[in-house]
Amino acid sequence: MKNENLYNYILGIADNSLILGQRMGELCGHGPTLETDIACTNISLDLFGQVRSYYQYAAKIAGDDRTEDDIAMLRKEREYKNVLLVEQPNTDFAYTIGRQFLFDVYHLAFLAELQKSNDLTLSAIANKCIKEVSYHERFSSDWVKRLGDGTEESNQKMQAAINDLWTYTDELFHQTEADKAMVAEGVGVDVTQLKEKYYKQVNELLKEANLEIPESKWFQKGGKEGIHTEHLGYLLSDLQYMQRTYPNMEW
Amino acid sequence: MSEEQIKNLEKQFEERIARDEKIEPKDWMPEKYRKTHIRQMSQHAHSEIVGMLPEGNWITRAPSLRRKVALLAKVQDEAGHGLYLYSATETLGVSRDELYEQLHSGKAKYSSIFNYPTITWADMGAIGWLVDGAAIINQVPLCNTSYGPYARAMIRVCKEESFHQRQGYEIMMKLAKGTPEQKEMAQDALNRWWWPSLMMLGPTDDVSVHTEQSMKWKLKRKSNDDLRQQFIDQTVPQADLIGLTIPDPDLKWNEERQSYDFGEIDWDEFWQVVKGHGPCNKERMKARVGAWERGEWVRDAAMAHAEKKQKRQEKQAV
Repeated sequence: MKNENLYNYILGIADNSLILGQRMGELCGHGPTLETDIACTNISLDLFGQVRSYYQYAAKIAGDDRTEDDIAMLRKEREYKNVLLVEQPNTDFAYTIGRQFLFDVYHLAFLAELQKSNDLTLSAIANKCIKEVSYHERFSSDWVKRLGDGTEESNQKMQAAINDLWTYTDELFHQTEADKAMVAEGVGVDVTQLKEKYYKQVNELLKEANLEIPESKWFQKGGKEGIHTEHLGYLLSDLQYMQRTYPNMEW
Repeated sequence: MSEEQIKNLEKQFEERIARDEKIEPKDWMPEKYRKTHIRQMSQHAHSEIVGMLPEGNWITRAPSLRRKVALLAKVQDEAGHGLYLYSATETLGVSRDELYEQLHSGKAKYSSIFNYPTITWADMGAIGWLVDGAAIINQVPLCNTSYGPYARAMIRVCKEESFHQRQGYEIMMKLAKGTPEQKEMAQDALNRWWWPSLMMLGPTDDVSVHTEQSMKWKLKRKSNDDLRQQFIDQTVPQADLIGLTIPDPDLKWNEERQSYDFGEIDWDEFWQVVKGHGPCNKERMKARVGAWERGEWVRDAAMAHAEKKQKRQEKQAV
């Protein structure tokens, strides 16, 4: 492939939305209130919409006959490039919200930079996505505050979720080879530059929500290189079920 | 109020409905009207909410991104319908929590069709095409029902339902024109959903209990049997068009009636499911009650936070 770095770079962005969208989609019909149910489904819907724009562009870059669905559903587990954070399960509503919040703060900052990309397609996609993601970020931040500052039980649950998910935050700011190459070309976002502002914003909100900032400095990484947690395989077996069981058909 | 005054109010009330005037939440209404509407509207809201489950079952496994997005949007629409139907019901002086309690305790009913399992992707097509199709036939007349908030909610619901119905039919069409395996999947789904869809339009007129009063209040404009005939006459040509076969050996065009004759419906099955013994009654209730119970600490937290926030603001104001 001529533009392999660009292709991989797009997948690196899109896979996060794909896997998080799939996780949020699992909750449809099972939310704690009807309003949150609708909101979570809406986030899922936004993320899959974004995924389609990215994969359609990636398919064009690849220049062969692969489609957005081939890219979404027919790769092997080691070929998915999403960060570990987004594949973590919906253990309870605090985990769902915590995962969303820790990703949204990053996602919003990332898209603000991607808008400046000299790749006009990526910049246009970022421009479209940023409106949606700023809503996601508001929704998840508000809920972190509600749960952190709600009852003793909700505070404990929210704290437990943040503590467990914290270990996956540092990976957001790691650079792959494709990332570096794309940053050099003025296409990609230098995520290392987003880190300081990210932790500042997250820490401030956690404080406002009566939550402790986790002290652990031990972090997990590997998702961007396709080394995932055990959770991803099960998620993929749902995601890929139809395409694997009935290959080469149109739906 | 004296008995005579009440009779007078009732008379004026019935006259307003006969003149096609809308009854609004603050208007006087007979207690029976209020109760009947709470029952029917909440049953409708519950059906939307329980109805999210069988289709929600395929969100994570939808065969393409395009289908996944459409399915998510559809199930989200149903949640939205539930939301404004609950709100419309609340205008009659009952809270959403009370209505949930009635659903969870089994006191309130929801449409029995959602107690059937969705076992293949084609079921997403069959539900959109047949179940939403039957729902539209039931609901379009309700856009002119006498209770204002219900009528207005139904206008929006029907617009979205008709979109869902086309979407479902399009899924079936694609399958029917696909590989032999896909066509078989579509035919199998039609076989399983056809009869329950006919049952959705309610028991036959001779055993239907609420019809007469409901007709007067415009909660019902046509009898169950008429609606069922309309559904069959509308759907059979659609099945023909995509080369699927309606699973009824007695189905035959009746030249004289300009309608289809059809076979006998298994009403024992209908009552079995209505009484709680369908294939998924227990699972559906377990999912709803489970979501509600698991969400309790979340709702408590939201209330507690709102109170704290308000107190802080009051303190600041002082």
